[in-house]
Amino acid sequence: MITFKDLKNACLVAGWFIFLTFPIMVIKVNPFERSFGFRWQNMIYIAGGSFICYLASRFFLANKAAKQKKQKLLSIQDKPKIDWQQRLLSEPRLYLPVLGVILAILLIFPQVLSTYQINIMITALMYVVLGLGLNIVVGVAGLLDLGYVAFYAVGAYSYALLHLHFGLGFWTALPIGGVLAASFGIMLGFPVLRLRGDYLAIVTLGFGEIIRLILENWNDFSHGPSGISNIPRPGFFGIDMTLNQSISYLYYLMIGMVIFTIFVVNRLQNSRIGRAWFALREDEIACQAMGIDKTRTKLTAFSLGAFWAGMVGVIFAAKTTFVNPASFTFLESAIILCIVVLGGMGSIIGVIIAAIILMLLPEYLRAFSDYRMLVFGATLVIMMVFRPQGIISTVRRTYTLEKKPENVQ
Amino acid sequence: MTEQTTSNTPILEIKGLTMDFGGIRALDHLDLRIRQGEIVALIGPNGAGKTTFFNCLTGIYKPTGGDLLLTSPGEATRRLNGLKPNKVTQQGLARTFQNIRLFPNMTVLENVMIGRHCRTRAKVVGAVFRNKKTVQEEKEIVALAYSILEKIGLTDMVNEFAKNLPYGAQRRLEIARALATEPTILLLDEPAAGMNPHETAELDELITEIRDDGLSILLIEHDMKLVMSLSDHIFVMDYGKKIAEGSPDDVRNNPAVIKAYLGEDIENA
Repeated sequence: MITFKDLKNACLVAGWFIFLTFPIMVIKVNPFERSFGFRWQNMIYIAGGSFICYLASRFFLANKAAKQKKQKLLSIQDKPKIDWQQRLLSEPRLYLPVLGVILAILLIFPQVLSTYQINIMITALMYVVLGLGLNIVVGVAGLLDLGYVAFYAVGAYSYALLHLHFGLGFWTALPIGGVLAASFGIMLGFPVLRLRGDYLAIVTLGFGEIIRLILENWNDFSHGPSGISNIPRPGFFGIDMTLNQSISYLYYLMIGMVIFTIFVVNRLQNSRIGRAWFALREDEIACQAMGIDKTRTKLTAFSLGAFWAGMVGVIFAAKTTFVNPASFTFLESAIILCIVVLGGMGSIIGVIIAAIILMLLPEYLRAFSDYRMLVFGATLVIMMVFRPQGIISTVRRTYTLEKKPENVQ
Repeated sequence: MTEQTTSNTPILEIKGLTMDFGGIRALDHLDLRIRQGEIVALIGPNGAGKTTFFNCLTGIYKPTGGDLLLTSPGEATRRLNGLKPNKVTQQGLARTFQNIRLFPNMTVLENVMIGRHCRTRAKVVGAVFRNKKTVQEEKEIVALAYSILEKIGLTDMVNEFAKNLPYGAQRRLEIARALATEPTILLLDEPAAGMNPHETAELDELITEIRDDGLSILLIEHDMKLVMSLSDHIFVMDYGKKIAEGSPDDVRNNPAVIKAYLGEDIENA
């Protein structure tokens, strides 16, 4: 697989990296003693590392190209090999037990794990819902939204402010937060109806920042950077709960929320509206020519996507009992977007897996926290090169028609 | 075919259609009438403005001047100019594209089901709760889409991604998708482009069949054999102007058409 030319190129790459990193990795300047030294062993590490990385990437890329070639040769008549993913997902007999086991494990968690672990799980579940919400906008309707966190902030602040001014409880604020975020989604949707791709991304990015800056600077309205504190946790028919109990309660609430989201999003995707979203992603002009109202379809995507962010925002405010603008930076949007892209655009299961991986790994690999961003970036690059469709690619619903439909027109 | 035509009133009447792009006049006062069950071909050299004509008709461009009047059977006359593309489709004008514009990552059946969008009305609430009406509607969509695919001959690939279809099948799928919108007039933009003679013959049959179902067809095509065998009426344009109109035989022998396609005869010049 690896040719002589590859080896030669690997040597060149290693040499180039030595040259590039020489000033920062090898030369060590000590400004106090006004002296400098050389760390030659760093140079060896860099040379070896880049040499091996280059060869490995060549090897895997060649593998991938060979595989693609093989797949092209299979003509359409030959039944393509059904991979285990699709088989697992297509037969209820196979996936129902798996789902049952997962659900049972999830339900037992609060009994066995510490409060700290449950808190992490709640965060992960929140990102699952956020990912599923953004998945509607980015993955299904193909509208690149970099300001998704704005809707999250709208939800969180709507609970915080409604409680502060009107004393509204969690359960009243939850739908209100969702609906408010959805209407903000429509507000964002209107000006960007004509925009596509990069331009849309920039405007949504701006929108996200505007919301954050408003929250940061409009002191009378949002209490500025100091935020709003003393937000009550969700209540359960007025029963007093200890901290541990209320956290387990929040955990179960989040599980319910995730199941609700999956249920709704799945049904939406396989409906008339979901098909219109997919069509919009695939080809905007053809989509209009087939009689789909572009305006309405985009606005429903924006508002239904934002709706989930608003609900999770309310839960976030209740979980932390404190909100401030610093929780809603662009980085949050980027992470949610990464969840969608890594999981697979439009794939519900992929998004769930990606959200859990991206949220849990950093928590449990705290020992390597210095390298977190490095690993994160590298993972993204590797994923995009080797599996651009995401962890689990979208599975379209298949239809079987055994008997001929009677009402042939 | 003329026996079947119930009345002589045209289904689609285009009066003085004009389209300017800045200083360039792409379409210059074109008049065209299509009757029910008629196949009208629109031909002309490359760059004559045929696709612009289609885009004006379907609302992708807003024509600078002129009137587009659609009279669906049993309905009042409606003006189409200025309508958005989706509204035009809803009025009963469906089209295919010169360079295939399917939804590549959706299945064949879903592609056709999309065509039903403007004829169905399930909303978000219905989609989430799957009430009786929505389920019924969804069943009807699938059944109708399937029956259209049956007619087009793509039933063995129902669950295949559209992008995996062979070229000829993709062209036919585009027609199927357009048919799903229940059009009164079908606009076909070079349906035979890139097809082999066998596929073209199949297409010929298919278009005739669609016409026999009572649809009117407006066709842009470069394959003269297909145009001559199919059309009832041919409309020839060049540089945005009409240069000839008439039956296939009239057009074939029209000196202006020969000039536009082959250039001027040196002896006459």
